[in-house]
Amino acid sequence: MSYLIEGSTGTWEVVVGLEVHAQVISQAKLFSGAATEYGAPPNSQVSFVDAAFPGMLPVINRVCVAQAVRTGLGLNAYIHLVSRFDRKNYFYADLPAGYQISQFQHPIVGEGKIEIELADGTTKEIGITRLHLEQDAGKSLHDQHPTKSYIDLNRSGVALMEIVSEPDLRSPEEAGAYLRKLRTILRYLGTCDGNMEEGSMRADVNVSVRQHGEAYRTRCEVKNVNSVRFVMLAIEAEAKRQVAVWESGGVVAQETRLFDVPRGETRSMRSKEDAHDYRYFPDPDLLPLVLDEDWVAALKAGLPELPDAKRARFVSQYGLPVYDAGVLVAEQATADFFEVVAKGRDAKLAANWMMGDFFAALNRTGATIETSPVSADDLGGLIDLIADDTINGRIAKEVLEAMVETGKDAATIVDEKGLRQVTDTGAIDDAVDKVMAANADKVAEFRGGKDKLFGFFVGQVMKAMAGKGNPAMVNEALKRKLP
Amino acid sequence: MSLDPATVRRIASLARIRVADDELPRLQAELNGILGWIEQLNEVNVDGVEPLTGAVQMALAMREDVVTDGGYPDKVLANAPERAGDFYAVPKVVE
Amino acid sequence: MLTDLTIAEARDGLRARKFTARALTEAHLAAIDALNPRLNAFITVTAERALAQADTADAALARGEVAPLTGIPLAVKDLFCTEGVRTTAGSRILSPFVPPYESTVSANLLRDGAVFLGKANLDEFAMGSSNMTSAFGAVENPWKRRQDASAVLVPGGSSGGSAASVAARLAMGATGTDTGGSIRQPASFCGIAGIKPTYGRCSRWGVVAFASSLDHPGPFARTVQDCAILLGSMAGYDPKDSTSADVPVPDFEAACARGVKGLRIGVPREYRAEGMPADIEALWQRGLAWLREAGAETVEIPLPHTKYGLATYYIIAPAEASSNLARYDGVRFGLREDGEDLRDLYERTRAAGFGPEVRRRIMIGTYVLSAGYYDAYYLRAQKVRALVQRDFTDAFAKVDALLTPTTPSAAFAQGENMDDPVKMYLNDVFTVPLNLAGVPGMSVPAGLDANGLPLGLQVIGKPFDEETVFAVAAAIERAADFSARPQIRAGEPS
Repeated sequence: MSYLIEGSTGTWEVVVGLEVHAQVISQAKLFSGAATEYGAPPNSQVSFVDAAFPGMLPVINRVCVAQAVRTGLGLNAYIHLVSRFDRKNYFYADLPAGYQISQFQHPIVGEGKIEIELADGTTKEIGITRLHLEQDAGKSLHDQHPTKSYIDLNRSGVALMEIVSEPDLRSPEEAGAYLRKLRTILRYLGTCDGNMEEGSMRADVNVSVRQHGEAYRTRCEVKNVNSVRFVMLAIEAEAKRQVAVWESGGVVAQETRLFDVPRGETRSMRSKEDAHDYRYFPDPDLLPLVLDEDWVAALKAGLPELPDAKRARFVSQYGLPVYDAGVLVAEQATADFFEVVAKGRDAKLAANWMMGDFFAALNRTGATIETSPVSADDLGGLIDLIADDTINGRIAKEVLEAMVETGKDAATIVDEKGLRQVTDTGAIDDAVDKVMAANADKVAEFRGGKDKLFGFFVGQVMKAMAGKGNPAMVNEALKRKLP
Repeated sequence: MSLDPATVRRIASLARIRVADDELPRLQAELNGILGWIEQLNEVNVDGVEPLTGAVQMALAMREDVVTDGGYPDKVLANAPERAGDFYAVPKVVE
Repeated sequence: MLTDLTIAEARDGLRARKFTARALTEAHLAAIDALNPRLNAFITVTAERALAQADTADAALARGEVAPLTGIPLAVKDLFCTEGVRTTAGSRILSPFVPPYESTVSANLLRDGAVFLGKANLDEFAMGSSNMTSAFGAVENPWKRRQDASAVLVPGGSSGGSAASVAARLAMGATGTDTGGSIRQPASFCGIAGIKPTYGRCSRWGVVAFASSLDHPGPFARTVQDCAILLGSMAGYDPKDSTSADVPVPDFEAACARGVKGLRIGVPREYRAEGMPADIEALWQRGLAWLREAGAETVEIPLPHTKYGLATYYIIAPAEASSNLARYDGVRFGLREDGEDLRDLYERTRAAGFGPEVRRRIMIGTYVLSAGYYDAYYLRAQKVRALVQRDFTDAFAKVDALLTPTTPSAAFAQGENMDDPVKMYLNDVFTVPLNLAGVPGMSVPAGLDANGLPLGLQVIGKPFDEETVFAVAAAIERAADFSARPQIRAGEPS
């Protein structure tokens, strides 16, 4: 199903490419030894190199390079053993040197691809053009003083990976799926925490529109969008704006824009005007980056099992449907949790319980997998009690709630509350007889042909047995006695 | 390659150096003199020559990922012409 | 006089306790007091610090703890950041700047016990060949023309203050930097020795950057041996500088005594410039004869791309400078001129803070890197640079070192060569190719011209073979027996 915009002159297709800036997980910055931790007091994580003092020089951080290589490998991309750093020259308050050290002509990672999953169950391959390393800039605060802007250089020099996609995305949904998948991969690799709210992952969205069969038209860049939802909204807003411009006989100008969240529209960015002449040239304070093939091979061998591979394994090893497997592998911690629960148990049962009541409980209590009040072993214990018929499904829900609240394990709660399932046929027959006696009129109706009332009787028997009746046996008893 | 006044203005703008109107003609003449002299490089046959970016033929050495620097905001701010607490202050920038 | 001693002699004298480090420093501070108002070789004099350092040196000497430079008083070019001591780069834009760190090279000298007398004057941001572009006034060359003692001569540049201070005996040695000839040319103009080592031999960390791929820190002194002593302390791998060479520091001083027997000395025919003064040509021939007498062989070799060196340099150096100087924006340090908005602040600060030569070079650099011109200028220049380097590589397959004049003239007067920037650039025609190629080169005083002004000869060596450079330079020095001294110097009424 394609995403199309109906205009007055025809139907328009949207073309989207994403440039994601992902902050690299490392202790120190890309070219200096200052710390990278988020939220530190202003200018407390700034070396003289980061503040571009006279005579200061960059020295590259090995781990930042490794993280870029690992990310490239995770994106199925080509690793360039020789790459180079270039200076991107422009003046801005948060750029102390008046240039950013980046990679222009020879990036460390070349072409790659990732697969995204869409809501209708289909998948699509999205091309990666390149990935390169560059410095992040500092932060300007414009709202602290009426006539002044304040500058904090803590972020100046932190390593960024710029990941550029091919313009293969054709809808806001695809863009959202791409960002989510990219984020999952980065988190699996441990190369970026993907936290868009904190700004450790930011997206610049390139949007253009065209009618079917046309070549690409002019695109605009919407900069620094910091949530998946805003990216999707920005694409929609910008695409509609461009269609309106074209249809009114105008020409879309290539420019940089910002997404105005409260207004739900994009607007032109004033400050980066003529700065498009970046005068790139090779940074003479650095030498070519030359990677050892064995080093790259070792990094590849040390990669964790990535989401697509893990999902495929969950399907084959645990017999799970693709969708369920996809949900469970979205976060590595969730996948690991599942495998503990599923070990030696019915995997489908485990998956259903995790994806249903367990996730609901986490949502309700605001917990995450990492802070779950119920451990994987304990959840597994609950599954065991269901599997051996100690409790039925309905009771199990009650037990899980109690586990979340008290932190006790399932067996203890079942014993304490006397929630064992009743499987004694005598007791069940007794309960059935009593319910039938109390509802003689409904019995007559059922016998008269109202089959639907069977469910009513099941409900009444279970209620009389405080939910502890074995559902299969209750069903069997009613089938025997009702007609 | 000869520069006209508009180009000189554009370069000054890129370089963020204010050039007064009365300075422009002389600056233009000086720059054109230098650029004219530089044109002699066009005589050289550079076919098949790889550009040299530095006099060093080594590969980049990498350092360990350890925090060894930063943590001295006062030193970093000590030379600032205008400081606001632990921030550098500049005229307000409108995005 | 203490101020006439060489570093080697002073080193021996201090160790033998013939005089104290304090006395040595006091003698130099007195000379500075007397002559600096005229020569303007120092922007900042750090008298109290120097005396404190001298006292520390005396205490160390008393304990028998001697480092290579204990107690030796030096001038530091005001391009090296010195912790707690104002560092201006000869520019208004840095005139209030007090660095919170020490450059690696000056830290090495302090580690080895040196005493710092003060910060030497220089062309603004090391851009110039006369020291006339300094925001802190021009430097006077302590040498006077025989025929015209009233003319004020330039010491050369950009390290004019460093060279003048050593020549006038205000300091025993000095640090400089050489980007297109800024150590060798002033050494030649001031009748002293100066070496630009191999690129990467001395760390650039803490040196205010002009053109990163061309900047070379190096020493000035009155003798070749003294330069070797200083370089031995200044040099060394620095992990804080990614372009620093991870190679051991040889014993440069020992190399001075090697002699030149069996060495092949190349004579590049392209260095015979049109209209070159006869006395420079004659001195060059004399130098070659001295080397042959000392047992070397001399042979003509080609360096075909020599004449393109200057134009290549005047594309690459301004390009790198335009980017390196973007950080001087009035925000974190240095001069600030207020503006209506941030952009206005930048433009006014930089217009007020940079002198005309710096502004010209930033604009040339901005232009040659700009969209549409990168290939025609910068990329082409880097290719010609590769050819210049190849010329040297080819030459060194056949010879061990080269001998050329250092400059196409002796020191000129203030006011000469000022009408056209290009005329000033031509001073560096013999020195610039070495910066492009990164090979080491030393200027050694070899004679006087008809005006009684010093002329230097340049010895060029293979990468990281400064030892051969010192050996050849020392041989020239022995044969030349250059004993002339400038008219303006410590102890002389001026």
